[in-house]
Amino acid sequence: MNAEPILQVENLTKLYAAGKGCEAVSFDLYPGEVLGIVGESGSGKSTLLNCLSARLAPDEGDIHYLTRAAERVNLYALSESRQRHLQRTEWGIVHQHPRDGLRMGVSAGANIGERLMATGQRHYGNLRDTAQSWMSDVELDIARIDDKPTTYSGGMQQRLQIARNLVTHPRLVFMDEPTGGLDVSVQARLLDLLRQLVTEMNLAVVIVTHDLAVARLLAQRLIVMRHGRVVETGLTDQVLDDPQHAYTQLLVSSVLTS
Amino acid sequence: MNPQTIREGYNFAYLDEQTKRMIRRALLKAVAIPGYQVPFGGREMPMPYGWGTGGMQVTAAVIGQNDCLKVIDQGADDTTNAVSIRAFFRDLTGVKTTERTEEATLIQTRHRIPEKPLQAGQVLVYQVPIPEPLRFIEPSEVETRKMHALEDYGVMHIKLYEDIAQFGHIATAYAYPVLVNGRYVMDPSPIPKFDNPKMDNSPALQLFGAGREKRIYAIPPYTDVKSLDFEDHPFEVQTWKQCCAICGSTESFLDEVIMDDQGAHEFICSDTDYCRERMASQEMPV
Ligand SMILES: [Zn+2]
Repeated sequence: MNAEPILQVENLTKLYAAGKGCEAVSFDLYPGEVLGIVGESGSGKSTLLNCLSARLAPDEGDIHYLTRAAERVNLYALSESRQRHLQRTEWGIVHQHPRDGLRMGVSAGANIGERLMATGQRHYGNLRDTAQSWMSDVELDIARIDDKPTTYSGGMQQRLQIARNLVTHPRLVFMDEPTGGLDVSVQARLLDLLRQLVTEMNLAVVIVTHDLAVARLLAQRLIVMRHGRVVETGLTDQVLDDPQHAYTQLLVSSVLTS
Repeated sequence: MNPQTIREGYNFAYLDEQTKRMIRRALLKAVAIPGYQVPFGGREMPMPYGWGTGGMQVTAAVIGQNDCLKVIDQGADDTTNAVSIRAFFRDLTGVKTTERTEEATLIQTRHRIPEKPLQAGQVLVYQVPIPEPLRFIEPSEVETRKMHALEDYGVMHIKLYEDIAQFGHIATAYAYPVLVNGRYVMDPSPIPKFDNPKMDNSPALQLFGAGREKRIYAIPPYTDVKSLDFEDHPFEVQTWKQCCAICGSTESFLDEVIMDDQGAHEFICSDTDYCRERMASQEMPV
């Protein structure tokens, strides 16, 4: 693990009301590291993810990101244009609902090619080759390249969303319940795929999930949130096997009993 | 110009002076930022069905007593719409009108650019139904304005990509998107892509008016206008195997016309003035 964190979060606060949002969150994320943010719905984990990915300006606190060019930037001091550029070149954002992260009205190939076109690639044949190669990487049938995502199953849509994000070889990927809403067997295969891609591409990932099984499988480190605040952090196995905070203990036991 | 020729009870060119000034301010801004859509507080205009008011408002705001006006609809001077708009401005301004491209100082058009190259000093006013080139993929006005501001134009090539994936070539034939002055992506209104190259570095001033959406945009003289494309699928204009059945032109934009009940068809110039002039020059004794 490199010494320099790729993401430094200090005292991040975004509150809609008392206890609603996220409050005083701090952590460092290192290149290639997968950080899980767990908690129930309403715990503020989605608000936190939106702040981290430059989609929601915080009320207080700072986020510093180390760019590919080794420049340390204060995220919310950047122009919106620069933020968008980071989002589509150095980052990925995988939404829980594929319709939020895909263009449902255009083909799978165009969905994968969009980021490349946005960053200036102007060769149709190359775009096509890249799209096909990514489709096979995420185990989609390349014969479906010209089909619209509306004709895909939920699991296939999620694979397509992942390909669309990874095509620019991002360094940091934000995931919001990426396996939520999928059948258990589909979920397991998708998790395997994610784990493999994360390792191969040495991705830093912030993954928000309410599912501790997903967290255990993907994340090396966990942040447990409740009412907008961090109640416990630590290595995943440590947090899940020997929870210290009463709330974490409750979370873990409710998984075990369900 | 003879003041008696203006219809009584109406202001010159129909619009009141305050409205014209407001439109002219929007036009000045549009000329200063080529390809940028300037919002303006549009007015209602009496108009033929199927003809929007944006172009007419622009024409009414810029027309002067010494102008010579030409009006074309799909290239023709003699359609019902073209005839009635020409009559409208003649009645309400008293300016000269013409069907000849080179005589006109001001050309109001819908869906074509004349074949005869425009000259410095001429003004071409386009009627625009949908000004926003990003609308097909992004319904939100707030978001499209942001996309323009940030030059976030990746989606424009999606449309062309989809064309090639589906048809093997870029099938978009009308309202083909362009990049103006290396900065703003612009919808050139539903002209055929055949006309796109005429916009590039034209000596004439090109003004675009969208009435319903209340937007004005412009291409100043001698501005770069590039049609979007791919390296391995470069921009191409329409071509025909036929020549014009009337004048024999192989260089103009041709319309297919049905000649009889048996479905026989021919191709003729869409630009009626261009076709007529070619015929006249062929008939002249050598
Ligand atoms: Zn002809």
